[in-house]
Amino acid sequence: MLSSFSLDRLGDGQSAYVVRVEAEPAMGRRLLDMGLIPGTRVTCRGRSPAGDPAAYLIRGAVVALRTRDAASVGLAPGPVTV
Amino acid sequence: MGLTHTSTGAGAAGGALVIQRRSPQDRVVALAGNPNVGKSTLFNALTGLRQHTGNWPGKTVANAQGRHIRHGRDYILVDLPGTYSLLARSAEEEAARDFLCFGGAGAAVVVCDATCLERNLNLVLQTLELMPRTVVCVNLLDEARAKGIQVDLEKLSQILGVPVVGTSAGRLEGLEPLMAAVEGVCDAPQPPEPFRADYPPAVEAALARLEPPLTAWLSGRLPARWTALRLLDRDPSLLQSLSEALGGDPGADPAVSAALASARAELEAAGWEGEALREAVASALVRAAAGIAEAVATCRPTRREARDARLDRLFTSRATGIPVMLGLLALALWLTIWGANLPSSLLSRALFWVQDRLTDLFWYLHAPAWLHGALVLGVYRTLAWVVSVMLPPMAIFFPLFTLLEDFGYLPRVAFVLDHAFQKARACGKQALTMCMGFGCNAAGVVGCRIIDSPRERLIAVLTNSFVPCNGRFPTLIALLTMFFVGAGGGLGRSLLAAGLLTGVILLGVAMTFWTSRILSATVLKGVPSAFVLELPPYRRPRVGQVVVRSLLDRTVFVLGRAAAVAAPAGLVIWLCANLRVGEGTLLSLCTGALDPFARLLGLDGVILMAFLLGFPANEIVVPVMLMGYLAAGSLTDLGDLEALRALLVQNGWTWRTAVCTILFSLFHWPCSTTCLTIAKETGSVRWTLLAIALPTAVGMGLCALTAAAARALGLG
Repeated sequence: MLSSFSLDRLGDGQSAYVVRVEAEPAMGRRLLDMGLIPGTRVTCRGRSPAGDPAAYLIRGAVVALRTRDAASVGLAPGPVTV
Repeated sequence: MGLTHTSTGAGAAGGALVIQRRSPQDRVVALAGNPNVGKSTLFNALTGLRQHTGNWPGKTVANAQGRHIRHGRDYILVDLPGTYSLLARSAEEEAARDFLCFGGAGAAVVVCDATCLERNLNLVLQTLELMPRTVVCVNLLDEARAKGIQVDLEKLSQILGVPVVGTSAGRLEGLEPLMAAVEGVCDAPQPPEPFRADYPPAVEAALARLEPPLTAWLSGRLPARWTALRLLDRDPSLLQSLSEALGGDPGADPAVSAALASARAELEAAGWEGEALREAVASALVRAAAGIAEAVATCRPTRREARDARLDRLFTSRATGIPVMLGLLALALWLTIWGANLPSSLLSRALFWVQDRLTDLFWYLHAPAWLHGALVLGVYRTLAWVVSVMLPPMAIFFPLFTLLEDFGYLPRVAFVLDHAFQKARACGKQALTMCMGFGCNAAGVVGCRIIDSPRERLIAVLTNSFVPCNGRFPTLIALLTMFFVGAGGGLGRSLLAAGLLTGVILLGVAMTFWTSRILSATVLKGVPSAFVLELPPYRRPRVGQVVVRSLLDRTVFVLGRAAAVAAPAGLVIWLCANLRVGEGTLLSLCTGALDPFARLLGLDGVILMAFLLGFPANEIVVPVMLMGYLAAGSLTDLGDLEALRALLVQNGWTWRTAVCTILFSLFHWPCSTTCLTIAKETGSVRWTLLAIALPTAVGMGLCALTAAAARALGLG
């Protein structure tokens, strides 16, 4: 079960750290390509007009993810050790 | 610099990659890299070719090769599609990996984005495992400097163990040192010993067991460590390619197979198997890349970061995202309409003056009337219309579109529109292919390769022609201007025309959403798949270069097509109009036969015939239509839109005819080039037929409804 704090809940301008990624395989691999592994710091860079998708700063690149997919990424507010 | 001659039209799809060697001494060098790091710009700079470039991930969908000559030796550069990894989860990744493994490349250049080095290094580490003779090219150094990012290239080279060269390909900086480094790694008698990422101890132990027998079996054809990793994670796509290329399955070798079995057993005992193993390997690479990036790149925040964030807020926020998008579309269309006015009238005056002189010449030479008719009234006049009415808007809209593309606006459109595509159960990247469709539907169809899910890709292919391509804009503009705005320039009029045209395009976009949704609910059932879209940093477009290049490109392209398609069509129409068959002419017979059905659609026989004859190229529809009417009439001076309008009205046009023709222009069968491209991309006659039937049915339905409603209400 994911903690209540997942990537889709990250507010505009907020940052947090990835604890786990529980996406289905195809999505999981795409997220891995972006370098989204446990321990990674992510920052929310804003939402689209409809609120979904949202843009995130991941390892120096801005990446858009849909709410459904972002919900599979569990976060912690502070740095995590892996 | 946006879509180019080679990336639109018939050349869009590209072909299978066959390396064209001129001599056995030729060296093959693969250009790999993440999407949107400037690989194609670098490729163009090194080879003098003109591949499509632009600021959004996924433009290069087909492999391209080009030649760079250095010290009398040919280097064949192969521009691979951008990939984030070589772990072969998508078609492009598989293509890139297979080319590096088996394509015969003597060396690789991995192009990195200096502004985002950390993520790019992941691909570098993967490539080094596979191809030690690699040069790392840290590109976009100019942008990195502007963003306050410093990269210690020397230290990076020390850590990686391979040459590292800094470039700014857009400004042609660093190209000579890059090729010198490529020459160096090719010349080196022994490949370098590059950096190796450390995997979890159990994985390392398994590798140590498997590497010695594999080294013997491979005998230098592929690096043993890399092959061992792929064998351990049982990558099925690779095993097949391996067996094909190396002429045998390594698992069939007794020593390899014994080592593999015990290595796998140990890994399983340690809990590393399947997805867990793959993830551990991939994560180790990500961590190694992060460590290296931290050691070599320093960043101090600059105003550029803040500027990008501000621009993103303007282009994508709830309050401004959609209004700004509509505003930019309307602005581009207004500039097109307003800008085309003057050149259009000048060209038409000049070309029709030439027509009169040609007529004088034919009279002077006592040429027979039929020859004058066929060549001057048929071929020349059609050409003159294509050039004067169709060319100016095409040549103006195209560079404008390219500027937005270079700037980095297209991914923001995809970001803003994704929600609508999500509701249609399609992929947000379809917005990118839709935008490409504004340039050229064939290029849009090829661009659909950026969509990973086959279901979503088909939806994008089938609905691409719902947005009007560059060749259909002038028709829409001409009809809107003639019937709803009034010709004759003026700021108010051009603004009104741009507003109406924006509305027409939005109708096309709405229809794209609607048909995508219907397709998802019927023949292409399914749920939306993974959607990850990178929003690249904004780049200052190279305005001068883009405008000159794409204006020339478009002009040459349209002129070429006009000569190849419009001129013969003009001849055919003139012949049909002058060949007598019984009571009437062949033309009146044809249009007469089409007329009853066309009337149902609010059109007439001539209009429908023009659309049929316009199958090879949409920009000849209006000229053919005019030829059809003129064949019966006697008007000669058709210099401006006002005179054209008079001709159309004389032939029974009302605003209702205009509306139906606009609708039909927006929704009818794709042009022949697009149809061929769809057939090539889908590999299926059935889907191609559906791609033709879908817009045609929508167009006919809408036209018939409009015509019936207007009749019922007693309008027009």
